[in-house]
Amino acid sequence: MSVDETTTARSTSLADVAHEPGAAKPDPILVADHVVRRFGGMTAVDVDHLEVQEGVITALIGPNGAGKTTFFNLLTGFDTPNTGEWTFQGRSLSGKSGAAVAKAGVVRTFQLTKALGRLTVLQNMLLASRDNPGENLWLSWLPFLWKKHEADSTEKAMEILARFKLDTKANDYAGSLSGGQRKLLEMARALMTDPTMIMLDEPMAGVNPALVQSLLGHVQALRDEGMTVLFVEHDMHAVRHISDWVVVMAEGRIVAEGPPSSVMKDEAVVDAYLGAHHDTDLGDDSLLDPAVLARYEAEEEER
Amino acid sequence: MEEFLRILTQSAGEILAPTTAAFAIAAIGLNLHFGYTGLLNMGQAGFMLLGAYGFGITLTLGGPIWLAFLIAIAAGVVFALLLGMPTLQLRGDYLAIVTISAAEIVRWFGRSTLWQEWTGGASGLQGRYYKDPFHALSFLPEGRFALGPFEYINTGSDSWFTRIFAWGLVALVLIFVWLITRSPWGRVLKGIREDEDAVRALGKSVYSYKLQALVLGGAIGALAGVVYAIPLAISPDSMGGRTMTFFVWTVLLLGGAATVFGPVLGSMIFFTAYMFMRTGMRALSEDTAVGNVISTTQVEYIGGMLVGITLMCLVIFRPQGILGNKKELAFNVR
Ligand SMILES: Nc1ncnc2c1ncn2[C@@H]1O[C@H](COP(=O)(O)OP(=O)(O)OP(=O)(O)O)[C@@H](O)[C@H]1O
Ligand SMILES: [Mg+2]
Repeated sequence: MSVDETTTARSTSLADVAHEPGAAKPDPILVADHVVRRFGGMTAVDVDHLEVQEGVITALIGPNGAGKTTFFNLLTGFDTPNTGEWTFQGRSLSGKSGAAVAKAGVVRTFQLTKALGRLTVLQNMLLASRDNPGENLWLSWLPFLWKKHEADSTEKAMEILARFKLDTKANDYAGSLSGGQRKLLEMARALMTDPTMIMLDEPMAGVNPALVQSLLGHVQALRDEGMTVLFVEHDMHAVRHISDWVVVMAEGRIVAEGPPSSVMKDEAVVDAYLGAHHDTDLGDDSLLDPAVLARYEAEEEER
Repeated sequence: MEEFLRILTQSAGEILAPTTAAFAIAAIGLNLHFGYTGLLNMGQAGFMLLGAYGFGITLTLGGPIWLAFLIAIAAGVVFALLLGMPTLQLRGDYLAIVTISAAEIVRWFGRSTLWQEWTGGASGLQGRYYKDPFHALSFLPEGRFALGPFEYINTGSDSWFTRIFAWGLVALVLIFVWLITRSPWGRVLKGIREDEDAVRALGKSVYSYKLQALVLGGAIGALAGVVYAIPLAISPDSMGGRTMTFFVWTVLLLGGAATVFGPVLGSMIFFTAYMFMRTGMRALSEDTAVGNVISTTQVEYIGGMLVGITLMCLVIFRPQGILGNKKELAFNVR
């Protein structure tokens, strides 16, 4: 099957899905219900129902402070909700630790990058490899038990690093990488775990446009191999370019869902971003023009 | 001149002294905590004191020597579990607070009259109660032996056998720690040191690894306490105090945290310099006009102060220590 055909297959799998918040999907891999997280008096996340379709790329967008990162933290066990439960592949993941969630196959990256500075780039990658017998204390002092696993992981790590243009940096300390390179390393490291589902928090922030193109292609290739991708991104062009489905959050709630072409024209979405009823499309280049934005802001003031 | 040579010899004697070995072992344990895993253990002296008590009391009660070693190690393990289980889930600073206070608690229990029968209370446990079974292990012939200017009896408290045993143990512990830390297991520890959330996100049980590191380093600390106590006595105030903990930290940071030989080199340099400084100052104060300013009794205090200043300067100017990798720290100090 060619890539084009698979893409069509994916699109048709979502073709009958309603364009509304909390819409039911044909094969949901992740289902969240009534997830609420409050910080003091402020409700950061209040997601009533969300289903993420298996094997497609879902983008989670929304203005700053919408609660996207907090929602990620909750789903991946890095924060505890006030209420709510969610399942992955039918098994409950609520209340599980971050490590348990990762073991279940959901691996995430962080918006504020977490490169392990005083490990080399290659060590960062090897650390991510699963089921390494040498990570067991009792076996750790017997190298012949884990040398083979290390060699295999190194080969795989170098392949992934090459894809992320980091192979020449393999033996440098991760702390010496630039901001964008750290983002890349974190994504590469997450892929090293062979996740069933990968959750990326602004993976393209600070990455140069040429590399973004190639990485987007890579993410699509991963999807075509069967990986489920959920990513947060502010770059609307990236969202439009690769996502099969878009979920929009604003003030903690999911306000819209739909395919990228239509969701950006959705009134609720434009509202969430621009704060008023404008007849525009978020993917529209005119939004890059400061004059247009200023006009919208002025109109908003008048209201 | 002759006086100067005597001071030099005495200082050089510290290189192989049993106490130097004891601190090297304690620092190897602390290295596993701090250097590799980033755990702030501010109570290594507590582990040492407990190990020494476990060893001394078992022998005093007539237990066999292998059991005494086993109990010393077990004391360190249990102490580490007690301190680690509630605190390792929390942020790193809490472990520091808990360990520093727990070490004090151990010391106060040791010097209280509560278990005086076994611990000897504030005056401690005299060496004569537990040394004989240890000396019985010696394979050296009776008599004395001189190696250059260094002459000790073959078997006894400050003896060649104690040195051989102590440094043999240093070598064993060093090889053990080197083997486990160069492995993928050690890599996970270093990952945790850098950012535990990142490691968690890769599916590793961070808590379990931190507990393993704390227990291993604590057990090694307990062994260090045994080595420290063998040629001396077990006195809660001199061994279990905060000074002891800070000496171990100085040794580790001097040699270089997260390096294999750092703790050993650090201990050798530290004690040689410390001895040189004290004997030198004492000689100056006794024989020259310096005595009018610094009396011999003040030498100890000044020595202690200088250690504190050294520790501060190390942390500020050379946090990677002597053996540390400059490149590794270049981007992480600030
Ligand atoms: N630990 C915290 N304590 C208090 N408030 C928090 C905390 N974390 C997040 N918040 C608040 O929750 C809201 C949502 O934050 P979140 O980081 O999830 O936004 P986001 O959608 O990821 O934004 P961005 O696109 O800027 O990354 C914000 O208003 C923020 O101030
Ligand atoms: Mg965010």
